[in-house]
Amino acid sequence: MADDNGAKALSNAKKMTIICTKGSLDWAYPPFILATTAAAMDVDVTMFFTFYGLQLLQKDLKLKVTPLGNPAMSMPMGGMHMSMPNMVGMIPGVTDMASVMMKNLIKKKGVASIEELREAAVLSDVKMIGCQMTLDLFELDKSDMIDEIEIGGAATWMANALESDINLYM
Amino acid sequence: MADETLDAKGLNCPLPILKAKKALNGMSNGQTLEVLSTDPGSVADFEAFCRATGNELSEQEIDGDIYRFVIKRVA
Repeated sequence: MADDNGAKALSNAKKMTIICTKGSLDWAYPPFILATTAAAMDVDVTMFFTFYGLQLLQKDLKLKVTPLGNPAMSMPMGGMHMSMPNMVGMIPGVTDMASVMMKNLIKKKGVASIEELREAAVLSDVKMIGCQMTLDLFELDKSDMIDEIEIGGAATWMANALESDINLYM
Repeated sequence: MADETLDAKGLNCPLPILKAKKALNGMSNGQTLEVLSTDPGSVADFEAFCRATGNELSEQEIDGDIYRFVIKRVA
């Protein structure tokens, strides 16, 4: 039953930590996909959100993706691929346009939204730690973040990392 | 016949796995879950999921564009 499965996960599970440092729409995916999948495979997961990664914990996510500085970004369009010259990324509005395009593509292809993956992470007991120093540095308020997070620092991550089988930095 | 069926058609990685896990959590040991998917990556992923969690992948087949798995809850 669900209960004894939960108990097993706590007592005998492999552990993983992920340090999440990036707050853009594209880079939000790898940590949340791996965290939720690991949790589904009975791994005890801790995510540590620092610097721009802390944005991923905001109640109201406004994630964007930019073609600027990303020569690998090439979007499927009418059977072809469109890549934008790097300079175009500097034009006002292009980041918003690229973000809308990406979100439409995500929906069309049956890929989960970051909101959905984060909710799945919460439901599967992934521990999420927000970095206190980053809150102070960027003058962010814990009340703007989702309720399910804890606040901690480097030592909190270290204590988790030392007893983990997998530690990832993203 | 499986005890439950999960229709994960049209969903992409990692949603079929997440939804399968959620369904298995609500089942008892020995019960079976049928999963239908259109994600080609789910072939390797359901094998890996079962290997890592100790659940049994008791059936696996492809019917056109649809992948069908039957997972027996063991762990």
